[in-house]
Amino acid sequence: MILLLVVSAVTFAIFFLLPRMAGQTADQLAQQYIGKSPSKADILAVKHNLGLDQPLYVQYWHFIKGIVAGATYDLGPTTAHCNAPCFGYSFKTHEAVWPQLTSRLPVTVSLAAGAAVMWLISGVAVGVVSALKPRSFFDRAFMGVALAGVSLPMFFTGNLAILLFTYQWPIFGRTYVPFTENPAQWANTLFPAWCSLALLYSAIYARLTRSGMLETMNEDFIRTARAKGLRERNVVVRHGLRAALTPIITVFGMDLGLLLGGALITETVFSLHGVGQYAVQAIDDNDLPPILGVTLLAAFFVVIANLLVDLLYAAADPRVRLS
Amino acid sequence: MTELSKTGAAVGEPVSAPSDAPSTFLEVRDLKVHFPTDDGLVKSVDGLSFSVEKGKTLSIVGESGSGKSVTSLAIMGLHRLGARGKNVQMSGEIWLDGQELVNADPDEVRKLRGREMAMIFQDPLSAMHPYYTIGSQIVEAYRVHHKVDKKTARKRAIEMLDRVGIPEPAKRADSYPHEFSGGMRQRAMIAMALVNNPELLIADEPTTALDVTVQAQILDLIRDLQKEFGSAVILITHDLGVVAEIADEVLVMYGGRCVERGAVDEIFEKPQHPYTWGLLGSMPRIDRETSDRLIPVKGQPPSLINVPSGCAFHPRCPYADLPKGDVTRTVRPELQLVGSGHYTACHLSQEDRTRIWTEEIAPKL
Repeated sequence: MILLLVVSAVTFAIFFLLPRMAGQTADQLAQQYIGKSPSKADILAVKHNLGLDQPLYVQYWHFIKGIVAGATYDLGPTTAHCNAPCFGYSFKTHEAVWPQLTSRLPVTVSLAAGAAVMWLISGVAVGVVSALKPRSFFDRAFMGVALAGVSLPMFFTGNLAILLFTYQWPIFGRTYVPFTENPAQWANTLFPAWCSLALLYSAIYARLTRSGMLETMNEDFIRTARAKGLRERNVVVRHGLRAALTPIITVFGMDLGLLLGGALITETVFSLHGVGQYAVQAIDDNDLPPILGVTLLAAFFVVIANLLVDLLYAAADPRVRLS
Repeated sequence: MTELSKTGAAVGEPVSAPSDAPSTFLEVRDLKVHFPTDDGLVKSVDGLSFSVEKGKTLSIVGESGSGKSVTSLAIMGLHRLGARGKNVQMSGEIWLDGQELVNADPDEVRKLRGREMAMIFQDPLSAMHPYYTIGSQIVEAYRVHHKVDKKTARKRAIEMLDRVGIPEPAKRADSYPHEFSGGMRQRAMIAMALVNNPELLIADEPTTALDVTVQAQILDLIRDLQKEFGSAVILITHDLGVVAEIADEVLVMYGGRCVERGAVDEIFEKPQHPYTWGLLGSMPRIDRETSDRLIPVKGQPPSLINVPSGCAFHPRCPYADLPKGDVTRTVRPELQLVGSGHYTACHLSQEDRTRIWTEEIAPKL
């Protein structure tokens, strides 16, 4: 909770205070949301409407209050009430930020969750097999692919996937369908995006798993497991992988948390109207409230992921449990 | 060396009780275990033979790198497993209860592991999986070889924990290894090794990582359990005090070969090999004058890649020049009978050995 407050303060400061310090005045900020050659009065009115004429700490207070208790905006003749959690309105489109976030979140979650399952399974599997036969042809080949995977940027692999699998051979759909409407279609359209994202991450996970497994398979307890007469498969999975998996859980939680805050490039490349794309749009428009909203959402997911990782870690490793 | 087969390729059919199956319970014949490395072939064990009867304890002693642990891992068939196991070159014969293990199908050997032969290791903390409870690790060891449900296996595990002297076994079974003390962990390790009533128990320096006060308890436990189960025990150690306490027979290893072998009394009273003398001289004794310093064996353990020619011990042997000519540098000494069941591999004449031992070495000990 305190952490989230700190995060909100920092993000607020980054987006409102830093530009100010860099010399951007509230006038200049306000000017961007009016047409060409605005009059002084126009700027003042916009500044007032957007709350930019108030001191920064008051703006921050309104911002926080809005999230917790909702906010009421005085629009001259009418008032608009924005229910909690209120992340304010877009400076540009005047749409409330929160409903936008909630409507876009399922897309981002779909993308992140699907890709996460794929990269976790493929990354760990490749890592294990590579570790069992280090320096073999298989190991070398997969580590080469993994290197390519981490090195190739998303706007390359993503666009290549689109080109090949939706245009050249139209196997996969082009427009996102919510899971609740048609799960098969949902998976079908998301598949190329999943693959592209999973390639990037599974490469990292394969390397992580490989080095972890190489280390654990030399541990004394592996020798003990073999001395019991266990089948090698059980030795690898139940004893080796079980121990090597713990650090992977940590990284996985963090990565997933971060991704839930929006996969900016992936969503843009695949035209998925998720949180990330919303942020990209807002950054393009210099539209501060949505950027703040997305950043806070991302921070929220990272904090939650951190907490989950800690809990999972305790469940996975009895040595870190509190007695 | 040509008869050495790559173990990867030597996955042969199980040898079906040939005529030369020995009558002893465990018999190792001309065992060679070589590891190819970038620097050359490491001959960790190079022609080792010995046997152990049921109910008896053989102690293998020697300094680090003499091949003690490799021998035990070879019997268990353990160092063929894993990423590095593919390269191991192994030859010779290991007969366990009438079954040959070196050329046997790996899965057959696996089925024997943990059931017919079990092993306890030096450091029980690292030898146990940190993420599983003591109980579940013993249960696992039992269920590999017994088709029983978890409840039965757990009962058996608790019974074993109780047998090795762990208080409140039912409660402690749910503890993790890090929650045990060193001695308790080694007890649990022994319980795990003995859960299937193995007929051969290999203990690889079981007391080295433990407090001195606990060492004796663990040794007593091993001895009691051996009496109870009638199993054969191979005890690997470099602690001659341990040997004197528990062994029936002693095998002294140097540079991957046996240099002396015999009953424990023979070895301690009439040791024949200069290296054994060195080991005895470097052993602290309570009845020795404190002003006398321990006598270390001079020099470094031999390289297992370029084993010294002739007698591997000759560069460190103070008596290497005694035999005529350069026989110690050119001819590898073979084991010869020097007493009842007492063998040694040394070029010194019987008279020289007896004289040196009685006049020079024994008085100083």
